[in-house]
Amino acid sequence: MKMLRQFISLGTCNVSATGIRHGIRKELLIITHQRNVSGVPASADRLEDKPAHTQHGKFEILQQKPVTNKPFAKDLFLGKFDKTVLVYPEISDRGELAELNQMVQHIERYFTESLDSKSIDINAEISEDVMNHLGELGLFGQQIPQEYGGLGLNATKYARLAEITALDGSIAVTLAAHQAIGLKGILIAGNEAQKQKYLPKLATGEHIAAFCLTEPSSGSDAASIQTRAVPSEDGKTFHLTGGKIWISNGGIADIFTVFAKVNITAENGEKQDKVTAFIVERNFGGVTSGKPEDKLGIRGSNTCEVHFDNTPVPAENVLGEVGGGFKIAMNILNSGRFSMGSSGAGILKKLIGLTTEHAISRMQFGSKLCEFKLIKEKFAKMAVTTYAMESMAYLTAGIIDMYEKPDLSVEAAMVKIFSSEGCWMCVNECLQVLGGQGFMKSNPYERYLRDARILMIFEGTNEILRLYVSLTGLKHAGQELKELVGKLRDPLNNPRLVFLQLWNRLSGKVREKPKLTLRLNEEVHPSLKNQTDILEECTLQFQRMVEIILQRHGNKVVQEQLELKRLSDICIDLYAMTACIGRASRAYCLGLRNADHELLLTKAFCHEANARIQQNMTALREGKTKNNDDTYMAIAETMFQNKGYAAEHPLTVNW
Amino acid sequence: MSALRVLVGCKRVIDYAVRVRVKPDKTGVFTDGVKHSMNPFDEIAMEEAIRMKEKKLASEIIVVSCGPIQCQETLRTALAMGGDRAIHVQVDGKEYEGLQPFHVSKILAKIAQEEKVDLLILGKQAIDDDCNQTGQMTAAILDWPQATFASKVEIDNGSLKVLREIDGGLENIKVKLPAVVTTDLRLNEPRYATLPNIMKAKKKPLTTKKPSDYAVDISPRQEVLSVEDPPVREAGQKVESVEQLVQKLRDAGLIVS
Repeated sequence: MKMLRQFISLGTCNVSATGIRHGIRKELLIITHQRNVSGVPASADRLEDKPAHTQHGKFEILQQKPVTNKPFAKDLFLGKFDKTVLVYPEISDRGELAELNQMVQHIERYFTESLDSKSIDINAEISEDVMNHLGELGLFGQQIPQEYGGLGLNATKYARLAEITALDGSIAVTLAAHQAIGLKGILIAGNEAQKQKYLPKLATGEHIAAFCLTEPSSGSDAASIQTRAVPSEDGKTFHLTGGKIWISNGGIADIFTVFAKVNITAENGEKQDKVTAFIVERNFGGVTSGKPEDKLGIRGSNTCEVHFDNTPVPAENVLGEVGGGFKIAMNILNSGRFSMGSSGAGILKKLIGLTTEHAISRMQFGSKLCEFKLIKEKFAKMAVTTYAMESMAYLTAGIIDMYEKPDLSVEAAMVKIFSSEGCWMCVNECLQVLGGQGFMKSNPYERYLRDARILMIFEGTNEILRLYVSLTGLKHAGQELKELVGKLRDPLNNPRLVFLQLWNRLSGKVREKPKLTLRLNEEVHPSLKNQTDILEECTLQFQRMVEIILQRHGNKVVQEQLELKRLSDICIDLYAMTACIGRASRAYCLGLRNADHELLLTKAFCHEANARIQQNMTALREGKTKNNDDTYMAIAETMFQNKGYAAEHPLTVNW
Repeated sequence: MSALRVLVGCKRVIDYAVRVRVKPDKTGVFTDGVKHSMNPFDEIAMEEAIRMKEKKLASEIIVVSCGPIQCQETLRTALAMGGDRAIHVQVDGKEYEGLQPFHVSKILAKIAQEEKVDLLILGKQAIDDDCNQTGQMTAAILDWPQATFASKVEIDNGSLKVLREIDGGLENIKVKLPAVVTTDLRLNEPRYATLPNIMKAKKKPLTTKKPSDYAVDISPRQEVLSVEDPPVREAGQKVESVEQLVQKLRDAGLIVS
């Protein structure tokens, strides 16, 4: 307990006794993460065990970031739960937080007072004035380091600003296409010269960036692109030829990150086409863009075709290595997704605010709308979804900020899936509360609904991302479970093991409540014990299910998309529960305003998530013959054979 | 005359968009957890000072705010807009509740003298208490000329030409510097602080002072008896005919019978 007193005297947190506890756990979190890097097992149980502080009483450790984290979501597939993730991250520096709040306040003012989002939508264009102003505000260089003229925001701060910029879908997408993907390649794979040359003008918005990957025949399957880059004989120039479609900012960008195939000779002498990333300036020549696409939503953002006709690109504009482009493309996309959670939450908080005002004032049948239970339920469910979305987004951003090279692509994908779908659902519900008024263009609901639709499609469709989540998790688990699964799939040589597994399953042990061994409830406020128990139980059930699925399908699991989807959905709910519980516990310990409301939101979410998880578990346990999957497949096959709806018209007779 | 040293007052008030709620004990309004921002008239004052500096008419802009620690956020905003340095005169809790233009003007006058400023620009009033007194009182204490409700300000060789908004219309006056100017709504449109400037503002100097540093006694001179919501508008009545209307007005004693 010596450490405890030191923590208190350091004044990490002087709000209340429980607040101090939270502060301490946060410090421990950082320390234990650090320890994991050096290979020492984490144990948050023994305070005395922690590394020493310097004589000044400050932790040296906090000065530099550890390299990478234990992959939380991937470990869930093994039933391993990194308890430190239950300690919700925060910005501990008061000044930094004040500065962030000030930024938020100023942009919020611009977005709510001066910006005419309605005409951006109608005119399908963001005016030059607005673009210039966004540039002056500094919104084009949010994550560009300060030495290159940007704001140098970390993931948490970027996510916070995204809440505001999301209030205009067209602007949000223009900004994201510019910096979350367009120039991200230069940030993560560019060399010093490339950074020096391109970042300063991109940071001010003088230059706009675009990300050119998608082609007519290559959507989700990014490795199949046809655009080619041919090196000149002296090797100093590549000539780029090919067409890209649906490029956000394609018509207004000055700098493009372009992916093209280069024919290279591999080490074994074989010739191969490999994806390579290039930084292409519009004025290199041979770059043309089509007319802006007319879209359902985010209408003001510029989307068009971009063609490269023998465009000469100097070899020094290759991003990373020749042939290393696919990995760069995936890294760019993986690193940008986390902020969609806070964007979605930003939109929903605004719309829920507008909708509550309507519900409080609108009278029908002699009562206000807000007195009807059907309406109340809608609001409560929206709040629960928004809370989970926000909690996941800031948990993910918080962990990203703790490490040099964070491993969070699975978490980011989960945030994207959950928040894009939650956003669509909740905007739809807000519109429903307004009824006919919501359907009219004079209100912003229909615009937000149209704008939200793209979230489920771009930056990786939710279907692809679901497969990514479960396959990445299974791959991680498979490496560790290789031996077990191998033996189980070979019953003749391992009769005893297989028999025991079978016995366990037949005797119902798998179906029973697993024994809780992780003691997650010790990490959070006692009032959340039931929720941590649910989380733990589901995690352990999940682990068993992963073993069963691997045993059932082995390497062929890749084909079982419906089962993969269910595993992903379970994993998303587990992660969302973790985020909600951690956040609510922090809020309650610190005594934030309406902290008891947060507890209720978390309780409601865990209940919903548990119900979904159990449904998915049942379907997985039953297998495709019982759970309707086979029936669906048969129906679909008939439809494709008939090229459409195959049932005869109800009025058909055959006599 | 060389470029001016300008002092700008920046009060932290409840944001204009917030619906103000009166405390149940009627001692004031709720301020905890309520969004605050810079008094809009002070923003106009700030903008005017920055424009002077951009035209090289002003050499330094000092911003000042009296109140609790959160006023530093308001001052940071002013610095982000373009102020050079800030002075925070910290007044907390109960004392702040009793702080009146009478006290603030004394503090401002002291700072104006200490910092040897040539021009003091203040909002014509704050949107929370709507006193509309601080500028006038400060001018009186300093014995400087005052140009209140300014709608246009021009610097003219050691004096100011100010277009004032008055009840009957507009008035042109000329005052000698040093002077106190209070801003009206139409003087200018304040700029948005940009994010890079917000970050740079963190490095600009901000000094914290106490009223006693300026030898100003801030004991309250008046007592707030009660703060109440404006009366709720009562529902109207429909009448069938002009006769009935006249009768009702007569009954209510609103027209002479």
